[in-house]
Amino acid sequence: MSVPARTLRATPGQTVGPFFAYGVEYDRMNQVVHPFAPGAVLLGGTVYDGAGAPVPDAFLEIFAADSDGRMPRVRGAFRRDDHTFAGFGRAFTNDDGRYEFFVRNPGAGAGHPALFAAIVFARGLPDKLHTRIYLPDDPDSLASDPFLASLEGAEQATLIAERRPDGSLQHDIRLQGENETVFLAF
Amino acid sequence: MTPPPAPAPESLTDTPVRASQADITAEIDALHRSFEQRELSGERLPSTVHDFPAYRSSVLRHPTKNLKLVDPETIELLSPAFGQRDVAAIESDLTIQHAGEPLGERMTVSGRVTDSWGRPVANQLIEVWQANSAGRYIHQRDQHPAPLDPNFTGAGRLITDDAGEYTFTTIKPGPYPWKNHVNAWRPAHIHFSVFGSSFTQRLVTQMYFPGDPLFALDPILNTIWRQKDRDSLIAVYDHELTSPEWTTGYRFDIVVDGPDATWFENDDERGEQS
Ligand SMILES: [Fe+2]
Repeated sequence: MSVPARTLRATPGQTVGPFFAYGVEYDRMNQVVHPFAPGAVLLGGTVYDGAGAPVPDAFLEIFAADSDGRMPRVRGAFRRDDHTFAGFGRAFTNDDGRYEFFVRNPGAGAGHPALFAAIVFARGLPDKLHTRIYLPDDPDSLASDPFLASLEGAEQATLIAERRPDGSLQHDIRLQGENETVFLAF
Repeated sequence: MTPPPAPAPESLTDTPVRASQADITAEIDALHRSFEQRELSGERLPSTVHDFPAYRSSVLRHPTKNLKLVDPETIELLSPAFGQRDVAAIESDLTIQHAGEPLGERMTVSGRVTDSWGRPVANQLIEVWQANSAGRYIHQRDQHPAPLDPNFTGAGRLITDDAGEYTFTTIKPGPYPWKNHVNAWRPAHIHFSVFGSSFTQRLVTQMYFPGDPLFALDPILNTIWRQKDRDSLIAVYDHELTSPEWTTGYRFDIVVDGPDATWFENDDERGEQS
């Protein structure tokens, strides 16, 4: 079955501007799972600009499968009832440019490495940026992924989180410059 | 008077000398012409360009490499899902969130969210935020010396219905100054955050009002370099939406972008749980 031609022109995006905080904040929004839930891990990092300065007025959104690889399909992505897994979280960067989420390690899909889909928004960023945060734990599945294989080593590294000894995930985002994060178009 | 030469981009964000409106307007025009040329020579450019130095705070915050075209993974073809229970009815009326009525022109804003094929984006979340009628945000970093309104916060949430339609009540925001250049003013706008049927369709944008004299002067609106795309962010006054003795009505339809892979995604498996 082929895809018909699109009939409508997409509405263009704009920056979130400086004053998004009170517009898009909600309760426990960075807790995809409760911090003390079984399997909860910290996913955190810093967003940097092209001069290497932290970006204190950005936010990230992540969306990922549960640890068994199941896709979140339930409504109620804002609810934090501590048993429904909706897979979605949002985190503002703080004054040091750092964001933090409480997540579970997403499971891998058939033939695909485990990943978080991620979007970056910021004051000064004219439109959203899509990226991915891959888990580092299964080098074979990362190596066999055609998209990652199409990237140079330094580019690949910008998409793969670092696993710390305490189990947490560390992943910086560089909007510009050396080791600029790979951003995606679909 | 001859304007000074434009400084190099890397010095823009910390230069103590800010450009004039005439400088910025000339930069906007030159940028738009360069994008038109690039498109004529066969380049495909996005509707909103990231590299737009007339918007000064973007200079160090935009990627310099091309976005990598990639096939969406399953998770990217799904969307965080919302429902009527995520949002209280009061959240779609920004004029009743306090003890008294906010000052300003009361308005109804309505529209329909669809994908690029015209299919409704049903039961999905829209978040809106805006300045008050004097052009002041409640955000603590907003230092504009215009009055706060104790009866207006300026944030709302709504869920589209089965046909993708949404509606909310608010007051018309005022234009406000910012420090991009000397005497810089944003045209009046409402910020919109929209979830589509897939994560790839996520959209954050701004809605403007017809006839604003600040459009051509604003580097943020003009990061959208085609006139017809800028025009699509301007709400349409709709007398059918205007209600007697109560509100004026504006219509703002929203189209979330493809990609083609989203054509095949259907929403039926998604349960309305709890
Ligand atoms: Fe604004």
